[in-house]
Amino acid sequence: MTAVIILTLIGVLLGLAIALTVRYFGAPVDPLAEQVAELMPGANCGACGFAGCNDYVQALVSGKAKPGLCPSQSADALQKVCVLLGVASEGRAEKVAVVCCSGTDQYAIRRAFYNGVNDCHSAMLVAGGSKGCVYGCLGLGSCARACPFGAIEMRADHIAVVHPEICVGCGKCVTVCPRRIIKLVPKSAPVHVFCSSPEKAPVKRKVCSAACIGCRKCVKAAGENQMFINGFLASVNYENPPSADIVAVCPPKVLRTEAQPAASAASAAPAAPEAPAATTAP
Amino acid sequence: MIAEYLSLIIGAILVNNFVLSRILGICPFLGVSKKLSTALGMGGAVIFVMTLAGFVTALVHHYVLLPHGLMYLRTIVFILLIAGLVQIVEVLLQRFSPPLYSALGIFLPLITTNCAVLGAAIICADNHYSVIKSTVFCSASAVGFALALLLFASVREKLELARVPRCLEGPAIALLTAGILAMAFTGFSGLGG
Repeated sequence: MTAVIILTLIGVLLGLAIALTVRYFGAPVDPLAEQVAELMPGANCGACGFAGCNDYVQALVSGKAKPGLCPSQSADALQKVCVLLGVASEGRAEKVAVVCCSGTDQYAIRRAFYNGVNDCHSAMLVAGGSKGCVYGCLGLGSCARACPFGAIEMRADHIAVVHPEICVGCGKCVTVCPRRIIKLVPKSAPVHVFCSSPEKAPVKRKVCSAACIGCRKCVKAAGENQMFINGFLASVNYENPPSADIVAVCPPKVLRTEAQPAASAASAAPAAPEAPAATTAP
Repeated sequence: MIAEYLSLIIGAILVNNFVLSRILGICPFLGVSKKLSTALGMGGAVIFVMTLAGFVTALVHHYVLLPHGLMYLRTIVFILLIAGLVQIVEVLLQRFSPPLYSALGIFLPLITTNCAVLGAAIICADNHYSVIKSTVFCSASAVGFALALLLFASVREKLELARVPRCLEGPAIALLTAGILAMAFTGFSGLGG
């Protein structure tokens, strides 16, 4: 019995001592920092360049950083932060990630079967992965696992698809992708080129039937300086993007408004040869 | 009397150094020893906490636990006391020395579970040291800890510049260095108590 009483007593006394110390000697908590912290997404993704949301808030409050570095903050919350800090809000172009590849199993041939660890980096180590195109999405989902917001879906036909309505443009997937085919683009851009291979058209077509063939039709159809060709790969000028109806001119349907539709929707497309036939591919 | 305390102090600092001969408190020893300045801060915090903890635990041991025959509660009561003390120290540090607070970071709460602090308190209780003797022993032990930490940190700062074989980089070479340092400290055995 004495043991219980003494232990309780010690606990209560210590608790009181801690409470009193905090009450009379506690560091004053900045109410401004608290309010700003509530407007942060709290994902601690580090895209702002600080160690975490709290670190960024400290820098904001002390004036060492500008608001708007956080890509995952909604425009509304950013506005509130600017009001709290008393600084003029600078518009921020919202960005989303785009996986620039159309090579689903249906279009891209596989030169081998990869049976190893379910990770793009591991697959890259084994002769550069199983897809014929060395610029194609490996489809093993390293980016999806790196995404703090769960915005990347790994489809069964081996391609990563970013859901722009969830994506906040933090850019984690961009650095994780071993093929470097994920791009951060302005959210407002209507069309994207879903191919990353700079190779010549015949080389690309051998390994993927959904590749940009560099035909320049989009460049001609678009207004001046809206599309350009880089090597044998068309690119959208995101400073001055073309309108969405330009997608009609693209013969391989690589210039699209969104990611490749799932296999069932495009069943008319030529089926990719199976692995044994593909062994002759370069 | 003076000779007794002197041998106690020398024994705690050098001969039975907490880190290098009793192998207690290894976590902060390896964790906070990358930079001399943070090692200094950590050493200071440990000296402060251990002296305070030694004093308070000895008081509780002599005037609460022993009279009621509650020796078996020793460990849990000591842990409780140390944890509470560290909380208070943390609050005070945050208020009065924010740079030191941010430099110590996670290691200050970790002092709570630092075996060196609990170890010192239990060694005092085991040897039936008086309250004053306990306090002196604990602060001397903490000084020994700080000494080992500072020595190790200065060696590690030099190691940063040294060419270390690749397989030994990082923690491996640190542990080897700690071992060599511990061997050097065995030279003190036979000195004092």
